[in-house]
Amino acid sequence: MSNKAMLPELMKTHGISRRAFMKYCASLASVMALSPAMVPRIAEALENARRPSVIWLSFQECTGCTESILRSHSPTIEDLIFNAISLDYHHTLQAASGHAAEAAREQAMKENYGKYILVVDGSIPIKDPGYSCIAGISNLDMLKETAAGAAAIVSVGTCAAYGGIGHADPNPTGAVGVSEIIKDKPIINVPGCPPIPVVMTGVLAHFLTFGIPDLDELGRPKAFYGESIHDRCYRRPFYDKGMFAENFDDEGARGGWCLYKLGCKGPITKSACATIKWNNGVSFPIEAGHPCLGCTEPDFWDNGGFYKPLSVPAGDYRKAGVAAVAGGAAIGVASALMSKAKKAKAAKAHETVDAHDLEKSS
Amino acid sequence: MDNRHSYCATTSKPDDVLSFVATGNAAPLLHEIKHALSKLLDSGVEHIIDLGAIPFGPGDERILDDVLGDGEVSATLTIMGESHVRETKIPGVWRVDHLDEKGQFQSRFIEITFMPDILKTQREDAVQGLETLAGRLDTLKGNS
Repeated sequence: MSNKAMLPELMKTHGISRRAFMKYCASLASVMALSPAMVPRIAEALENARRPSVIWLSFQECTGCTESILRSHSPTIEDLIFNAISLDYHHTLQAASGHAAEAAREQAMKENYGKYILVVDGSIPIKDPGYSCIAGISNLDMLKETAAGAAAIVSVGTCAAYGGIGHADPNPTGAVGVSEIIKDKPIINVPGCPPIPVVMTGVLAHFLTFGIPDLDELGRPKAFYGESIHDRCYRRPFYDKGMFAENFDDEGARGGWCLYKLGCKGPITKSACATIKWNNGVSFPIEAGHPCLGCTEPDFWDNGGFYKPLSVPAGDYRKAGVAAVAGGAAIGVASALMSKAKKAKAAKAHETVDAHDLEKSS
Repeated sequence: MDNRHSYCATTSKPDDVLSFVATGNAAPLLHEIKHALSKLLDSGVEHIIDLGAIPFGPGDERILDDVLGDGEVSATLTIMGESHVRETKIPGVWRVDHLDEKGQFQSRFIEITFMPDILKTQREDAVQGLETLAGRLDTLKGNS
């Protein structure tokens, strides 16, 4: 993985035509949510880009983010590893283990100090760093040591971005996201539980071609997190008309109506799920008939119950939510905004989700 | 093959529950195409629309297919998976679908142009072709 040859040389070596390269760039522009007019600039940037070293650290996580990125179809992780990056350390994907693995990380840091990209998935326990260690090194120490020489950090998944599930109440390990610890490096948050595969590879590709993308107030690339799922949802016309599924098997559910009353968090969740979709673009949770859980937002796990409407979790705006359903779009938007503003309050009203939530009657 | 952008055309049946679901985005998109085609004729400026960036329901896809239809030209390119380039029934409006090696969609575009770039021989490939042809002629000369 030490070969840092430039992309055109690699493509020529592999007998890949310029036409194939242009196809690759066109699909990359689509994945990066850039205008097709940017394709020539992407091609130029890729032609001049050297393959950076990437060190991927996994802390308190479930490996779901890695499982997800392995399923990226455009660009594939193979495309990135063989053509665009030099993946020098990744627990799950590397062949080496034990001391050899740690030696690979140290060597990559030494050879590329100040230039490598650090990718992190999983939260970091700070209540007692001993809760999670790799090769006897606490997650906290490994993050600080590795971040010191990084050009930039990509926090993959909601756990690395905001603490995620580890951070959920009562947060026994004191789990936090990377940006709570590292303050002196550019950090790109790519939240999701897990993130959409092509969003992860798309963000890496964007960094390789144009550097750090425009980020929102939560450190997320605007290209992928600039709009709410609700705004881009194909069920939005039903919301606007006040047509809601009340149960998972009623006429509304069968007719593809809005899932707001079944707990959909789409109105307060920014993600590209509704456009890029999942499983190579086949579908996304709402299209499969399930409400959005809001997994790209901080504290989504504590946000009042997956199957309770946004208007319900905190008592003092339950009425407004009911009014929103009755009153249609205008009030609904206001309710969504209010819900977002009071999300912290909802988090305090943490409620566990059990089978009774699934039986919720309106 | 996945069906991200084409399930209306390939798998959806009239009695599919969601086959009529439309976002209302088809009509504005078709107007955008109309304006772009007009601009192409007036000034030669080309326009490309990324269909992956637009929320579309099966009903929208159906409207798009019905209005644009299939035209005179259809080409399949075999480059890191297939790419399908089709002129629609509206000359100057092309559908360009890129698939990966597993037959899954990578990206889909509508191009308003006289000839999509991807169909043209790329200069770098022609240079490589010249070298290849010269090499083969040398081999031929050596064998004769």
